[in-house]
Amino acid sequence: MTSPFRTAEGGRIDRATTLEFTFDGQTHTGHPGDTLASALLAAGRHQIATSIALGRPRGVAAAWAEDPGGLVQVEEPFPEPMLLATTVELSDGLVAHGLPGQGRLAEVADSARYDGVHHHVDVLVVGAGPAGLAAALTAARSGARVALVDEQSEAGGSLLGGADRLDDAPAMRWVAAAVAELAAHPEVLHLQRTTAFGSYDDGFVLALERRTDHLGTAAPKQVSRQRVWRLRARSVVVATGAHERPVVFADNDRPGTMLAGAARTFLHRYGVLPGRQAVVFTTNDSAYDAALDLHGAGVRVEAVVDARPAGSPQRREACERAGIPVLPGAVVVGTRGVERVTHALVAPFADGEVGAASPIACDLLLVSGGWNPAVHLFSQARGRLVYDETLGAFLPGEELDGLSVTGAAAGVLDLAGCLVDGQRVARAALSALAVEPAGEDRLPTAPEEVVPAAPLVLWRVPDTSGAEGTTSFVDLQRDATVADIARAVGAGLRSIEHIKRYTTIGTAHDQGKTSGVLTSGITAELLGVPVQDTGTTTFRPPYTPVAFAALAGRDRGRLFDPERVTALHDWHVVAGAVFEDVGQWKRPRYYPRPGEDMAAAVLRECAAARTGVGILDGSTLGKIDVQGPDAAVLLDRLYTNMISSLKVGSVRYGVMCGVDGMVIDDGTVLRLAEDRFLLLTTTGGAAKILDWMEEWAQTEWPDLRVHCTSVTEQWVTFPVVGPRSRDVIGAVFPQVDVSNEAFPFMTWRDTILDGVPVRLARISFSGELAFEVYVNPWYGVAVWERLLEAGRPHGITPYGTETMHVLRAEKGYPIIGQDTDGTVTPHDLGMAWAVSKKKPDFIGKRSFARPANQDPLRKQLVGLLPVDGQTVLPEGSQIVDFLADGRLPPPPVPMLGHVTSSYRSAELARPFALALVKGGRSRIGDTLHVPVDGALVPVEVTGSVLVDPEGARRDG
Amino acid sequence: MQLIECPWCGPREEVEFSYGGQAHVPYPDTPGELTDEEWARYVFFRDNTRGRFAERWHHSAGCRRWFNAIRDTATYRFERVYRLDEPRPVTP
Repeated sequence: MTSPFRTAEGGRIDRATTLEFTFDGQTHTGHPGDTLASALLAAGRHQIATSIALGRPRGVAAAWAEDPGGLVQVEEPFPEPMLLATTVELSDGLVAHGLPGQGRLAEVADSARYDGVHHHVDVLVVGAGPAGLAAALTAARSGARVALVDEQSEAGGSLLGGADRLDDAPAMRWVAAAVAELAAHPEVLHLQRTTAFGSYDDGFVLALERRTDHLGTAAPKQVSRQRVWRLRARSVVVATGAHERPVVFADNDRPGTMLAGAARTFLHRYGVLPGRQAVVFTTNDSAYDAALDLHGAGVRVEAVVDARPAGSPQRREACERAGIPVLPGAVVVGTRGVERVTHALVAPFADGEVGAASPIACDLLLVSGGWNPAVHLFSQARGRLVYDETLGAFLPGEELDGLSVTGAAAGVLDLAGCLVDGQRVARAALSALAVEPAGEDRLPTAPEEVVPAAPLVLWRVPDTSGAEGTTSFVDLQRDATVADIARAVGAGLRSIEHIKRYTTIGTAHDQGKTSGVLTSGITAELLGVPVQDTGTTTFRPPYTPVAFAALAGRDRGRLFDPERVTALHDWHVVAGAVFEDVGQWKRPRYYPRPGEDMAAAVLRECAAARTGVGILDGSTLGKIDVQGPDAAVLLDRLYTNMISSLKVGSVRYGVMCGVDGMVIDDGTVLRLAEDRFLLLTTTGGAAKILDWMEEWAQTEWPDLRVHCTSVTEQWVTFPVVGPRSRDVIGAVFPQVDVSNEAFPFMTWRDTILDGVPVRLARISFSGELAFEVYVNPWYGVAVWERLLEAGRPHGITPYGTETMHVLRAEKGYPIIGQDTDGTVTPHDLGMAWAVSKKKPDFIGKRSFARPANQDPLRKQLVGLLPVDGQTVLPEGSQIVDFLADGRLPPPPVPMLGHVTSSYRSAELARPFALALVKGGRSRIGDTLHVPVDGALVPVEVTGSVLVDPEGARRDG
Repeated sequence: MQLIECPWCGPREEVEFSYGGQAHVPYPDTPGELTDEEWARYVFFRDNTRGRFAERWHHSAGCRRWFNAIRDTATYRFERVYRLDEPRPVTP
């Protein structure tokens, strides 16, 4: 295909290189520097898609991210939905098609990389147009650390799409010099193709850099496709320019209808004529430039239709010299055409009244209703906006600390003004940072501009088509019209936020860049209130859509959350362990043998621990070293039981509660010395309990001389469990007398194994005779293998967390957070024995006396035995009671509690469960019911200790 | 994302900190002598101020020290931070 609408010369495209691409199945060509939109326009194609609700043809209506029309799906190089043809840079082999409002996510995994960078600067300038470049130069020249980010492929902003001159030369020459100067400053970071999409507190700005998208299939794999910059600036200068605002009229959505400034950009930047025969409809002077430039490029401009009664006396003469008819006091009331505009319907306009319309043939209808400063980043940072009657737009209405707005974003619409303002704002920012501006800080000279005639604020042209506003589109992407706003107002809505949600205006991919202010204006008109009172909807990040993949960056897959593994991890993998996640830890859950499922493996592992010997990798157990002369005092205040009376060499079980008296953790305490303890916490509670201890030590009792530190990763821990465990420990550690008399339950001993210090402790989480082995992780595998070797004659069996849970549940040992939920006291767990009556106070003590904690109907931990001896009750199941007549109470059936732990027991040869049941201990012996899969399973309530209730086994 | 001034480390990103609720709510000297209502006030009741509020913060992913701050709950602005051993600043 040829490009009949490409100009013979000019534009910032590389005409020497031709790129081939496919759109809607047709092959076209373009050049580096093109966007998909400019290349399609060069081929004469305006229509991109049909609209989401009405199926009306829609085309390119703007030249960048504000375009509400040209939505596409890219298929190659990688499927990506909901992109704008105006912002997709052309690459060789690009395949895309138009989208009627909704796209399709890729069905294959994205193989590209995404990453993120943190960067800190003194001054961040957003936007590399004239104001932004002036600000960046001033900041850079002072020696400040500067970042300049801009969303286009190259710097220049509005200068890219115009024919301005600076210092008597094309303005882009000054841009090139400015970019070169910035590059020479070592403290300046200058990023193009980088959209600042969110502005947050304290100078924090998020920006998305599109690093390789424009390279298409040639993108190098080792370079991240997109990068999120997390910029922290002491001062932010927002120089984001302005979006041109359309005027709403009937059938204003036909392809070929375009913002006037956009047409100018397509001409100057891309060397594309958006049509051959144009009508220009304007309310202000800026569109005259488009008319004159297009005329100069060979477009036949049929008329400039100016809604102002007197038009623009300043600009009229230039048009007449060029032979362009100017129609002041006139408006476009409608269009003709289907897939492309064929006529503009032009009518006289005075005092809000529209006269008889006459058609003017055209294939291009340019519209300008004025300019909306891009105040998004200012507003996101909670800057207040004020309505400007002259511009018909919202402007920054206050000074923010550390964030200033300059150039067109601040309502300065002339080139010379933007340059001066950019420099002024940068100097003010430097001054606030106590940085001296450089002595030499010259601005280029802009030619004298004609003072423009005052613009007219015109939101919409009265609909004389008979369609009653139903074809007067406010938000093209949402197919939302003037009639929709009228319906919302008619339904009684007054708040612009409600009108947005009722009409869906501003909720599409463009987030109302062209429709937002129009909606405020039209709503205000319909309500008869000032536009300031209507206000705008809230500007929220992101400014333009950002892919989740970019936000995730490297934090995906295995890097999403840290994985913690023990020193034995590789051994577990080789042994065929099935792992489960416990917090961030990977723990072996069970070690299946060939042909075993989990149930079979766990029954085998349990039987080994109860009848022979088992071994567990318990290294993930939380360990806190508490040191200092007042260590015992702190622990006495935090544990419910007495710790200070513990002898060096001994171990005590302890419970911690919150001030509300509810259990927050349990574990054992080893007294290592008079002033030193080792606390063992639950795996999941380790960090939380260290926080808890430090909080009390720092905030309430800073006088205590005590320090706490985590030593979880400094020790591996291997419980060796079962009646044969003494034989195994005795064989591996011959220097230790492992007899019950010399090494009794709840004591610990240090020993040396081949020069390596080892600690042994008689602690049991299973009720069996058991020894915990502690050693430096470097020697973990060696010690583990020696234990296995010594245990081989006894059939030593490694077991996982599932078996650990079964063994402890058979003994009624609760897991805090599984069998408890933050509403359970030690008494509810049947652990009154662990609550000191001697200590005058400890955390939680006073709450035990509260009436609610004395209620005999509190939920208490009990055992449940399904009467059928078969059913494994699902954990979380509800527990209900029958009435005296043996039937369920009428709904809602009162819930007595729930199942907290439930397993199959090898020892009991039946399933069993632990449960929290209202007044549970008084119900022991009763039969209750548990609904399982629609049936009610009868269960017998028992004490919580189902195996070895006398505790006869712990000493072997 | 806000910057929070740790009295020990200087300004750091807010994700490094955790919130500790209202400041200057000391643990009672003799809880056993309090009525149920007095004890419940300590355990459960906190102010819900709009405007300047004295709060506890913990630099949990940094130096791990606790400190106090006066923060405006309507604007989120930290007006000042102070160490635990410093008295509550007089605020207008």
